Amino acid sequence: MSEKWNIILKVLRQKQGETSHFDEYKMDADPDEYVLDVVERVWAFKDRTVCFRHACHHSTCGACGMRVNDAEKLTCITYIREVTRDGGTLKVEPLRNFPVVSDLVVDMGSLYRRLEAVGARSVLPAPEAEIEKPPSRWSSDDEQYIRLADCIECGLCISACPAAATSSDYLGPAVLAGAQANGLKLNPELLNMVDSEDGVWRCHSAFECTAVCPSFVDPARRIMDLRTQIFKERVGGLFRKA
Amino acid sequence: MIWRLKVDTQHNRPSPSKFWNWFNPVGRQTSGWAFMLQRVTALGLTFYLFLHLIILGQLANGPQGYDSFIALVSSPVWIAGELLVVAAAFLHGLNGIRIILTTFGVSVTRQKQLFYILMVLALIIIVIFGIHMFTA
Repeated sequence: MSEKWNIILKVLRQKQGETSHFDEYKMDADPDEYVLDVVERVWAFKDRTVCFRHACHHSTCGACGMRVNDAEKLTCITYIREVTRDGGTLKVEPLRNFPVVSDLVVDMGSLYRRLEAVGARSVLPAPEAEIEKPPSRWSSDDEQYIRLADCIECGLCISACPAAATSSDYLGPAVLAGAQANGLKLNPELLNMVDSEDGVWRCHSAFECTAVCPSFVDPARRIMDLRTQIFKERVGGLFRKA
Repeated sequence: MIWRLKVDTQHNRPSPSKFWNWFNPVGRQTSGWAFMLQRVTALGLTFYLFLHLIILGQLANGPQGYDSFIALVSSPVWIAGELLVVAAAFLHGLNGIRIILTTFGVSVTRQKQLFYILMVLALIIIVIFGIHMFTA
């Protein structure tokens, strides 16, 4: 028989034109179920007006990103026991730095448009993908294989990033990581976009993006790598011109 | 009926006024604490720079100004304040070295460990300075 905890779920509510407030729901929860399951049960049995996004329930679609007890989480893979205790409170809020559509739903259009602008790919040819133990040499046959990109476009990194909180023009960690995955050598048109005030130089090295990324994209490392690429391109450019 | 969802464009959007969030420790990870530490120490050192210039300005008041200046800077409270400046300088400087290194791709995936090592080093230096300043 599974364990049962009594928790209080606090959901940030905000509808059009209303001031935001928290609604509280007393819930029975299995500590080994996920935060998203509890939010869904609120919607199913207690309050049909609660708005939230979800789809796959297995960390592939990136739709269910929320702030759970003040930290960015992909709620479909966040166990209740990781974020609260029996008799404790579970506070869920929408992601930061995106306009709120309703309750826990934010408009992530800006992220998707920017990902498109840098040509971020959902799938990569296998030899171009970062994998744990790559073969020493890829054969020409391997070119036919493709691999899903790690980034699931959940927006947690944008929500956690302190630089993204203060500038709406900042491309943001996920977008810069997408640009890095493409590489400046193969995509020189990206150079001016990422080598700008709102590109890699806006990053203040807080590394919060990497800390919250549920998909191990490590956006901070990729931003630092982009800086190195930019440095090489710019310095190399000086010699090429000479 | 067409139900149109309007996006609330004001609430939750990025804004320069949200720089206050940089100092909010709630929900931050180790690297976020390092980020905050860098800003707090920077503000402290900037404040000290102005204080330093104002206090030094007293010397322009002749021998009387010099005597009161010496009396002020010899007090234990002042020495404790100077130790805070030393602490801020080393915390900021060493954390800054970590940021420079990671910016150039050095130890990016080990930045958290690098932060801990440098902060322990800063702590040792601060203790040595403290002993020296209060016993000299």
